[in-house]
Amino acid sequence: MPLDVYLNVAISGLLTGLVYGLMALGLSVIFGVVRVVNFAHGEMMTIAMYLAIVLFQAFHLDPLIMMVPIAGVLFALGYVVQAGLINPFIDRPEHSQFMLMVAVATILVNVLLLIFGPDARSVQTSYAFDSFALGPIVVDATKVYAGLAAIVVATALFAFFRLSFLGKAIRACADNHVGALVVGLNVKRLYALTFGIGAACVGAAGAMLTLIIDVTPPLGPQYTLLAFVIVITGGLGSMPGALIGGVLIGMTEALAGLLFTPSAKSMFAFAILVLVLLFRPQGILGKRAA
Amino acid sequence: MMARLAADLPPRSLWLIAALFAVLLVAPHFANDYLLTVLILILYLAYAGQAWNIMMGFAGQLSLGHALYVGLGAYTAATLYVHFGVGPWIGLLAAIPVAMLAGAVVGFLAFRFGVAGVYFAILTIAFAEFARIGFDHIGYTGGSAGLFLPVAQYTHNDLWNLRGQPIMFYYVMLALTVVALLICHALLRSRIGYFWFAIREDEEAARALGIDTFRYKMAAVVISAGMTAVAGVFFAFYYNNLFPEQVFLVSRSIELLLAPIIGGIGTLFGPAVGALVLTGLSEALTDLMQALGFDFPGAKQVFYGICLLLVVVALPEGIWPWLARRLGLRPRA
Repeated sequence: MPLDVYLNVAISGLLTGLVYGLMALGLSVIFGVVRVVNFAHGEMMTIAMYLAIVLFQAFHLDPLIMMVPIAGVLFALGYVVQAGLINPFIDRPEHSQFMLMVAVATILVNVLLLIFGPDARSVQTSYAFDSFALGPIVVDATKVYAGLAAIVVATALFAFFRLSFLGKAIRACADNHVGALVVGLNVKRLYALTFGIGAACVGAAGAMLTLIIDVTPPLGPQYTLLAFVIVITGGLGSMPGALIGGVLIGMTEALAGLLFTPSAKSMFAFAILVLVLLFRPQGILGKRAA
Repeated sequence: MMARLAADLPPRSLWLIAALFAVLLVAPHFANDYLLTVLILILYLAYAGQAWNIMMGFAGQLSLGHALYVGLGAYTAATLYVHFGVGPWIGLLAAIPVAMLAGAVVGFLAFRFGVAGVYFAILTIAFAEFARIGFDHIGYTGGSAGLFLPVAQYTHNDLWNLRGQPIMFYYVMLALTVVALLICHALLRSRIGYFWFAIREDEEAARALGIDTFRYKMAAVVISAGMTAVAGVFFAFYYNNLFPEQVFLVSRSIELLLAPIIGGIGTLFGPAVGALVLTGLSEALTDLMQALGFDFPGAKQVFYGICLLLVVVALPEGIWPWLARRLGLRPRA
C-alpha cells in the first residue's frame, strides 16, 4: 500500500481521536474531582447523540451548532444525577457506586431503546461528502470540523479550570477535599457542577460524533468502555492526558483497521491499555499517586 | 464440614436452610418447564455469583471481567467435546486449569505492578474484551459464527455427557451451588479467609501484620477463576451454543456480579438471595409487561434498572444482611 493511504487513515484517526479525547475528558474531569467512576458515561453520550439527531431530522439544525444547547442539556442532566443520586453515595464503597451507575446506565440505554427503537440512525449534512485535499492527503470535511470543534471545547475547558474562580474552586476540591471544606467551599454543589461539566463535554462530543458514526442505543456501553481505555491510557485525572489518549487510541484503531481487519481494531486499543496499566499505571501524563 | 457448618449457625437458621433445601430438592417435580428453566437460571447465577464473591466479597478485588473465566471454561469444554468427543466431566479437568491460568496471568500482572481499585477493574474488563475479539477470529472454535454442541431430543438423561432434559441440569446446578456454598464456608473459616478479610479492609495494615498480600490475592483470583470456569462448562452444555459476542461481553460480567452485590457482598447467602430476587424480578416484569400489553423492547429493562436503583439506594449492604436481621438470624444493627 502506498504511504499516502497510511497518512490519510492516520489523519482521519487523529481527528476522530480528538473527539474521543473530548468525550474522555468529561470522564477524567468527573473522576479527578468527584472520585466517582461514571459507568454511565457512554450512555449519557448516546442521549446527546439522539438529541442531535432529533434536532437535525425535525428542524435541520446542524449538530455542530446544536452541540452548544445539547451540552447545556447534558450539563443539567449531569448536575441532577450528581446532586440527587451520587452525592449521597460519595462515602460508600466503590462497588456500591458502581452498582448505582450500572442502574443509571441500564435505565438510560433502555429509555433510548424504548423511544427510538434499535435501528441505526445518522445525520446527513449538506457537507457530508465534502473533503479537503492537501497534496496527496484527502480528509473528510466532517472529521475536520468535528476535530476542530473538539479542540475549541477542550481549550475552553482548560481556560475555565485555569482562569476562572469557579474552576479554581473545583480544582481545590480535587486537590484537598478537607481543605476545601475548611475554607468554606460548598463541595457538594461543586461536585454537582463538575459532574455537569463532565456531562457537557461528553454531550458536545456526542453531537460531533453523530457526523462520523451511525447511532444505536447499545453504543452507550461500548463508548463507556472506550472512554475508560482512553482516560487510563492518558492518565486518569489529567486533562491533556485525556486528549492525547484519545488521539493515540483513535489513530491506533484507524491504522489497525487498515492493517488487520476492522473487526479486530479495538483489540489493539485494549492491548495499549494493558501495556500502559502494566508499565505506567498512572497513564502517559498522569502523576504517580503517593 | 457439615458438622462445623452447623456449629456456627443458630438453630433457627439451620431449620430454615433445611426447609429451603428440601423445597429445592422437590421443586422440579412441581414446576412446569418454564419455571424449571427459571430455577436453573437462578442456581446458575447463584453459583457464579458465589465464585465472583470470593474475589470481591472476600478479598476485596473488584473484577468486572469474570465473563473471561466463564467463556474460557465454556469454550475449553465445548471444543474438547465437539472436536474430540471428550465429555464435560473430563472437560472440567482442562477447563478449570485454563481459567485458573488466565486468572493467574491477570492477577500476576495486576498485583505485581500494584494495579488496584478502579484500575484493576478496568484491567479485568480489558482482558475479557481481548478474549471476546480474539475468539471472534479463531476459526477452530467457530469464530464469530459460534460454536454449537450437537442437539437432539433426549428421552433419557446421560449424566456422563450432560445430555438430557432440564431436570438433570437442575440437579447438577443445585449440587454445584451447594458445593460452592460449602467451599466458601470452609474458606471463610480458614486462615486464608481471615487473611482475605484483612486485605479487603486495609491492605497496608495486612501487609504490616506480615500477610503476604500478593500471594493471597493471587489465591483469590485463581480459586475464583477456577470455580467460575465450572459455571462456564455448565453454560456450554446447557445452552449448546457459544458466541464470543454473547459469552465474553462486559454485560455478561455485570450480570454475574449483580446477584452478589444486590444480595449482600461478602456474605455466604448473599449471591443466592440476590440471584433469586433479581431473576424473580426480571421474570415477573416480563409477565407484567405482557399482561399490560406494554411489550416493547427496553420497557422491561427500564423497570429493572429502576428496581436496581431503589435497592442500591435503600439497602446499601444488600438484601441478605437486612433480611437476616429481619428473620432474627443476626443481631439488629
